[in-house]
Amino acid sequence: MTTILYSILVLGVLGAVFGAVLAFAARIFHVEVDPRQAAVREVLAGANCGGCGYPGCDGYAKAVAAGEAPCNKCVAGGAETAAKVAEIMGVSNDGAEKMVAFVPCSGSTETAELRFRYTGPEDCRAAMLFGDKSSKLCSFACIGLGNCAKACKFDAMHIVDGVAKVDRYNCVGCGACVDACPKSIVKLIPESQKIMPACRNMDKGAQVMKICKVGCIGCMKCQRECPADAITVVNNLAQVDVSKCIQCGHCADICPRHIITYFGR
Amino acid sequence: MLTNILAISLGAILTNNFIFSQFLGICPFLGCSSKVDTATGMGLAVVFVMGLASAICWVIDTYILIPLGLAFLETLAFILVIASLVQFVEMFLKKSVPSLYSALGIYLPLITTNCAVLGVVLLNVQNHYNFIESVVYGITGGLGFMLAIVLFASVRERIEFAEYPECFEGFSICLISAGLVALAFMGFSGMKIF
Repeated sequence: MTTILYSILVLGVLGAVFGAVLAFAARIFHVEVDPRQAAVREVLAGANCGGCGYPGCDGYAKAVAAGEAPCNKCVAGGAETAAKVAEIMGVSNDGAEKMVAFVPCSGSTETAELRFRYTGPEDCRAAMLFGDKSSKLCSFACIGLGNCAKACKFDAMHIVDGVAKVDRYNCVGCGACVDACPKSIVKLIPESQKIMPACRNMDKGAQVMKICKVGCIGCMKCQRECPADAITVVNNLAQVDVSKCIQCGHCADICPRHIITYFGR
Repeated sequence: MLTNILAISLGAILTNNFIFSQFLGICPFLGCSSKVDTATGMGLAVVFVMGLASAICWVIDTYILIPLGLAFLETLAFILVIASLVQFVEMFLKKSVPSLYSALGIYLPLITTNCAVLGVVLLNVQNHYNFIESVVYGITGGLGFMLAIVLFASVRERIEFAEYPECFEGFSICLISAGLVALAFMGFSGMKIF
């Protein structure tokens, strides 16, 4: 019994003494930190995604407090966070448009013809070693082994039927998937942009017909019918001019291959 | 007495070097050895913590724990001492040498879990050292750590410019060279002092 009592007493007293010494030392060695730094750090998303280009949220908060970084770099927090940071720093918020990831390929295992069955490591870079292609016949296609999904910290990227799909609700636009994709397929688009052709194959129409059920054949129908002249076919591939697009969704309706995606329907 | 202290010092620095023959404290040894300046700072911090920890732990062990029959609490009490000391060093560096503080980064609080520090104080008990011997063992143990980490940092700075097969890039060449330096320290192991 006494042993237990002594143990508790000794350790308790030791802890209290060291705690007191440390508390005293903390006062002596106190370092003034810009209080705005802590305040900025508080409102950031705190995912340490690195989307701002600084080493983690602490690094960005430090840079903002020092006046070296703009207020709107936190992509994970978006416009809301940018406004809060701007308020703390006492500057006007110039607003950051929220970006989301987009995968311009719809070639799932159902729709894209396969060249061979890939049984190697579950890694896009490993699959790339097979001559810069994937198991799909289309050499522009998403490999679908999920390097982007592994890189995503927000559960916004998933492989569905052998092709990467973005969960726009979860996506914060940090760009980790863009860096992770060895074929540089994934790109960031403004969230307000609702129309995007989900294909990147530049082969001629007849060739595309053979290898993929959902590939752009460059039929020019969208280009002809677009009321705003926002869509053009370059290199047998439909491309949207974001600055002209009026988000009407007409092209998505008339595309014979159903590859123009219209979000928000 | 003096010969005894000399033997302890030489043993701690060379023959029984904490890193190269006892393989304690490898984590900061690898993490903080990419630049000689940082390595020296880390070494000095470890010397300080080891020396002070040896002294305080000896006092606590001899005058509190053993008289009360609480020798089984040694490890726990020692960790408490080390953690507080490291916290103290961290505060001190943050105030006085901010550049070193940021260079050491996460490895500074990690001295807390540096097994070489705990190793020193536990070996002091195991070897029944008296107060002076304990402090000497602590400081020289730290000096041995510093010698190892500074030597190795210089080796790594030279590796930066050396040509070696690409597959050894990064940590593998670092571990291989650490092994070679440890091999060189094996040369001291046959040494008999007095």
